[in-house]
Amino acid sequence: MLVVILLLLGAPFATALVSLRAPAAVAQAVTAITGVGSFGLVLALIPAATHRDLNYLSYLRIDAVSAVFLLATSFLYAAVAVYSVGYLARSRASDADFSRYARRFYAGLNLFAWTMLAAPMMSNLALLWIAVEVTTVVSALLVAIEDTDGAAEAAWKYILIASAGLGLALLATIFAYYAGAQVLGEHYNLSFTALLQAGPRLPHTPVRLAFVLAVLGFGTKMGLFPVHTWLPDAHSEAPTPVSALLSGSLLAVSFYAILRYYQVATAALGPRFPRDVLLVFGIASLLLAALYLLDQRDVKRLLAYSSVEHMGILAIGVSFGAPIALAGVLLHVLAHAAAKGNAFMGAGVLVRKFGSKRIAGIGGGLDLLPWSGPLFGIAVLALCAMPPFGIFRSEFEIVEGGFGASANAPAAVLIVLVTVAFLGLSVAANRMLLMPRDRSPGALSRGEPSAWMVVPVVAGVAVLLVLGIHPPADLTGLLARAVHQLGAVT
Amino acid sequence: MSAVAAPSVYAGGASVIAVGVLLAEFGMFRQALLRDQVRLYAAQSALISVLAILVAAVRHLPELYVLAALSAGLKVVCVPVVLRRLLRGIGAGRTGEVDPEPGWTEIAGSGSLSLANTVLLAIAVAAFGFFSVAALGIRSPVLPPTALAISVSVALVAFVLMIMRRDVASQAIGFLSLENGISLTALVVAAGLPLFLEVAFLFDLLVAVVVFELLIRVHHGRAESLSTADLTRLRG
Repeated sequence: MLVVILLLLGAPFATALVSLRAPAAVAQAVTAITGVGSFGLVLALIPAATHRDLNYLSYLRIDAVSAVFLLATSFLYAAVAVYSVGYLARSRASDADFSRYARRFYAGLNLFAWTMLAAPMMSNLALLWIAVEVTTVVSALLVAIEDTDGAAEAAWKYILIASAGLGLALLATIFAYYAGAQVLGEHYNLSFTALLQAGPRLPHTPVRLAFVLAVLGFGTKMGLFPVHTWLPDAHSEAPTPVSALLSGSLLAVSFYAILRYYQVATAALGPRFPRDVLLVFGIASLLLAALYLLDQRDVKRLLAYSSVEHMGILAIGVSFGAPIALAGVLLHVLAHAAAKGNAFMGAGVLVRKFGSKRIAGIGGGLDLLPWSGPLFGIAVLALCAMPPFGIFRSEFEIVEGGFGASANAPAAVLIVLVTVAFLGLSVAANRMLLMPRDRSPGALSRGEPSAWMVVPVVAGVAVLLVLGIHPPADLTGLLARAVHQLGAVT
Repeated sequence: MSAVAAPSVYAGGASVIAVGVLLAEFGMFRQALLRDQVRLYAAQSALISVLAILVAAVRHLPELYVLAALSAGLKVVCVPVVLRRLLRGIGAGRTGEVDPEPGWTEIAGSGSLSLANTVLLAIAVAAFGFFSVAALGIRSPVLPPTALAISVSVALVAFVLMIMRRDVASQAIGFLSLENGISLTALVVAAGLPLFLEVAFLFDLLVAVVVFELLIRVHHGRAESLSTADLTRLRG
């Protein structure tokens, strides 16, 4: 297993280095191979992670919870690596410009994926913080890569707000160390397992402080209200493959960090306090996102607010605490990665076809794009939790867990707000796919810009169907173990 | 009422240094010139290194000497050099010729509040941080609790600085001084943190500074100024 883990850590980094030097075509091919290969490597880890925690070299640790997040990230990495082959083709005027852009893009993309794969493997809260911080600096550069006024503005807001948030998360790390040091002595190294084992003996005040700071700090990167403000800007201005990774993986990685603090806080304080905190942030985020979804003019901002919505659902799901709700939350991480990745990749094709990110500038997508039109429609329906896709199953489990845990009011609010979000998303998708364009259709002909931009989306739909209809036994085993590790109690 | 023992020389000295860090933060806050802000940042970082050396000597934590040296090298020397080079480069680019007084770029005002009011706000926020943390009753084995309360005040004032300033360089300096506040907190409650983690934090700071510098250049290249007044395109 160690070889698999080291390959998973080494390959994306090596690919980033190769991409810096090699011609664009080589970088494209190597990135696609590494992306798909990483997904394969994570799949190979699943059976082992279902049965035991994998600890290596004292700083690497993969348990069932981290495996779920690795699965989400590596799937999206594979998808965008293939998608980028089509996305980058002919997108720059001159050859010199193109090869410079492609070098930066591929080096950044692989580094970004590398940091997101590394974060869930860290055995220690300090290294976890460092990995998340590195994801910020790498992705801020990727947001700025388009070299437009909007991209520069989004990148600056992103790095400033996310860094400030991570400053709070660093304070959380320090207070977690302080709490642990009271029990384990000055020289313990913030190892997550040791902290969890010391759980009931940890002093309450520092743990409370650490948890709230962690939710606020990592919540900034996860997109929780009121610290979500960078998110729609960065998601809309970044290149589409990066937007897909930001939304499907990066937010999930930050959520992973919060889950680790949740585990420690639950062990030390009991479930009540951490759940109440998450419930407040979750409901507020869901409410804000549902309302903003009703009146969006930019397709990528629309999808970005949908991400805030889904992060709110995750926080609420954890706050329910019931085993089925937690299983739903972890399934939601996977299904959201596939659905949001698909939606962004589909939106990328629409934007390429119509030359506009404005929803009003896009119309008749179903006619003009024989594959991407319907696939985008499916992605939006999947995001709205329509059966038979994965998000339907995960949200159903979360709501069932809510009612089962007698959290009737939050569960009812969740259903209402998800319905409002559905309205916003479906009206916008309807306008882009079914209604004719405002302006005259011009010379747009029917056809796809590139087959490379369709294949990963089809794979995403397959994943959504599998997750929704019949998740494989290996996956349900993994989720069951992860739920157990999260300390589910009704 | 019980008698209050006078603090030891060590505790008193540590508290004085911590207060110095907070004063440097306020100095940055009211300083109108970027070059002086960088200078204050370097001074603030130096104070934290001095405190680390003090703790290392009195509490016998030899690892802190290494940390103090590395931290001083990075935050007193490297980061200010990077920032000054950045300001010089931008000063020259802005006027189209070599600026005789590089870095003397006036900071754009602080938005809706006047400077005096923002300082009052910062004082209120600092007081809030100070008293609320003191009330938490977190005791440190190496430093007096006042130092912890002050470190949180520093972090909060740094937030106000980042929010109130309307130019990207000051906002970046605000972030860096936030990190100084957190370093001070770490010194109080996490002095025993393994050295390699501390070094990793510092390395991470270095990477962040490089990216901040790069994005400030990108911003300046597009907006032709450091002001954030134009950053209003993305809304809703």
